[in-house]
Amino acid sequence: MRSLLTRNETLVALIILAFCAMTAAVDPRFLSVTTLTDLIRNGIVIGMFAIGVMLVLVSGGIDVSFTAVAAFSMYSATKLMVAWGVGDQMLVAFLVSALLGLTLGLVNAVFIGWLGLPTLIVTLGTLTAFRGFLLTFVGSQLITNVPPGMRAFSRSMLFRGTTADGAFFALPTAVLFLVGAVLVTWFILNRTMLGRSIVAMGGSREAAARVGVNVRAIQFFVYGYVGVLSGLAGIVHASLARVANPFDLVGLELSVIAAVVLGGARLTGGHGTITGTLLGVALIVLINNSLIMLGIPSTWQNVVIGFLILLGTGVPAWQARRRAAAAA
Amino acid sequence: MSEAPSEQPLVRLSGISKSFAGVHALRDVDLEIRRGEIVCLAGENGSGKSTLIKILAGAQDADAGTIAIDGREHRALHPIEAVRAGIQVIYQDFSLFPNLTVAENIAFNHQLSHGRRLVNWRLVRRIAREALERIGVRIDLDRRVETLPVADKQLVAIARALLHDARLIVMDEPTTALTEREVRSLLDIIRKLQRDGVAVLFVSHKLKEIFAVCEKIVVLRNGRKVAAGPASEFDLGSLTFHMTGRTLEAVDLPPPAGPGAPELLRVEGLGRGREFDGVSFCLRAGEVLGITGLLGSGRTELAKALFGLAPADRGRILVEGREAAIRSVRDAMEQGIGYVPEDRLTEGLFLPQSIGRNAAVGILDRFAGRGGALDRPALEGHVEDWVRRLKVATPSTALPVQSLSGGNQQRVVLARWLATRPRILILNGPTVGVDVGSKADIHAIIAGLARDGLGVVVISDDLPEVLAACHRILVMRDGRIVEEVARDEASEDQLAHRLAS
Repeated sequence: MRSLLTRNETLVALIILAFCAMTAAVDPRFLSVTTLTDLIRNGIVIGMFAIGVMLVLVSGGIDVSFTAVAAFSMYSATKLMVAWGVGDQMLVAFLVSALLGLTLGLVNAVFIGWLGLPTLIVTLGTLTAFRGFLLTFVGSQLITNVPPGMRAFSRSMLFRGTTADGAFFALPTAVLFLVGAVLVTWFILNRTMLGRSIVAMGGSREAAARVGVNVRAIQFFVYGYVGVLSGLAGIVHASLARVANPFDLVGLELSVIAAVVLGGARLTGGHGTITGTLLGVALIVLINNSLIMLGIPSTWQNVVIGFLILLGTGVPAWQARRRAAAAA
Repeated sequence: MSEAPSEQPLVRLSGISKSFAGVHALRDVDLEIRRGEIVCLAGENGSGKSTLIKILAGAQDADAGTIAIDGREHRALHPIEAVRAGIQVIYQDFSLFPNLTVAENIAFNHQLSHGRRLVNWRLVRRIAREALERIGVRIDLDRRVETLPVADKQLVAIARALLHDARLIVMDEPTTALTEREVRSLLDIIRKLQRDGVAVLFVSHKLKEIFAVCEKIVVLRNGRKVAAGPASEFDLGSLTFHMTGRTLEAVDLPPPAGPGAPELLRVEGLGRGREFDGVSFCLRAGEVLGITGLLGSGRTELAKALFGLAPADRGRILVEGREAAIRSVRDAMEQGIGYVPEDRLTEGLFLPQSIGRNAAVGILDRFAGRGGALDRPALEGHVEDWVRRLKVATPSTALPVQSLSGGNQQRVVLARWLATRPRILILNGPTVGVDVGSKADIHAIIAGLARDGLGVVVISDDLPEVLAACHRILVMRDGRIVEEVARDEASEDQLAHRLAS
């Protein structure tokens, strides 16, 4: 019981409930299937990013380049689809974008795993470099006329319907990508030795190396995996928005990292759960949407999110310090 | 094969050499360990012990030489091969994963070395439970290791090592963080392992423990094997000689201060919270006063109160006869009190910064000229002087402190405080983690300070240390001073008994 109360997950869940209650009090229409499907739709891309970032944090690193990886993969894949004349082959788009993401992720891995450079420095560098490379060599023109495959994908829904009071709701098929990312990552993290090695490495890299964990190989896996997730998130994002904008996505890094940290992952490594991450994402998406419903200017979003981060990470840290003081 | 299998040593290292960036860490070292044998690897810090362990564990490759396990030669040993051969190393920091549970920590290597790809959580718990049962201890399997006390962490590390049929357990400085009682139960576990036919390589520089458990002693100095043989062929003196390469003289403490010597510090009824209470004593010029007690007896809290780190909330402190209100470190420094903390690494030093800067940080004010600008040449000259007087072994004061050995780091902290010209110096665990040779040097420095008329308070749970270096010894227990003994009236056993009872 005690451990349940002091967990980040519980705290975030409570904040989410409080927010829902507040918004519903102001606008009863908030409590509807439409709101739920809208929130899920808005959470798909951030959620996929967050799952990747969580894995990196658990492994003891950090990645801030994932948005640039996503933008690069998404835009290049769209261009290639047009150039190759396979505009209706969505599978090609997913494969190419994932592959490009993997390649860029492995570029990070080379600097981090092979040259042993600090992860923040490397990914800060590649964030700018990937973006610059994209805008200089691949293109900086908006593609508004996206290939037919992407348009079809954006229209494809798992289910749709109309509520009693006439509001339209639908859940896009794209949500399966988030579900897939969650299931695969959960399985890796909790059921495979690879995943446990990632957690162990985040707890103590030295100890992991001593028992024969191949730290370098694991870093290649982690950054490659995040690259693939980012590439997929990018193409999903472009499809849902029906525009491939090379200036898109970059700038979202901190919100995503905020969501993950709110969900209990520690910047020092070794801690982080899927549940927590999803709750963190839910909270961020909820705030972005419900503040509008509450009639609060959108500039307030950052203020609120900032305070929530201080609260969500500060309270557990403070509790931990008090526990430590009580034990000593 | 000429030898019968039972005669063959479990592990035989021959001609092992290793160098880092041109510096020889090990030169042509041989080592043989038989089944169920307790061997001690003794040597000072920097003698090559750690490198030898890493080579034995496969964490590093030797430049030359061979490792034979059960007669089978390996040129380079992979960590997993070493584990499969039954070699387990318990590192000083235990090499545990703080964020994982006890169960997973114990079973992790086992799962990894069995080439498992998927985790079977039921198996993990069973393995962990059985491993803990084997050494006869009970620890909650689901607790995160970071929440365990040090002694339990060590037990987890030992339980983990015993899996995969460990036949040789290497323990690197296993007793550093343990209390006397915990050390005794650890030594019991080691003897129990021996009865099960497990060999133990006990790496230590604590001479008492070496003689308590080991059958065979191998001494390393500067990367070379300088002595080896049955423990019975060594005594304290010869072992010290082999480890340090010189004969250590007993500390030449100046005669105790007479009643005529000026009283530097008087403490009356000092207390703080529930940490300590009713502490009274006095310290005269030229006197070295020892305060000893177990962990949690209040000794460290008392030291911190005297230095204003965690000020006392009742009682009086008099410095040279005048009442002194010590509410902060600055107050204490103004009263001429210096403090060398217990954990010099976290409390005392800026590790990546230069030796010179570290030593100078306490006296910056004194060398600040007009407008606050530092008189650098004068400052550097002053620092150089102390670094030389304390014999810090370094080619240059511009090198970072972390390039020094433990004993030399401790000297830098001392240099910093002596540079502030204190009248009273409080040393908390002055030789924790320092090897025998440096220890003797630091004791000699303390005696020298007393001779110069300083009052020194040495706080330590190292009984031979307080007996060697102090004129009088106060024994603390449960936050109170329970006894005062003069140096020549006390014996180690007597003191140990008073600490615990």
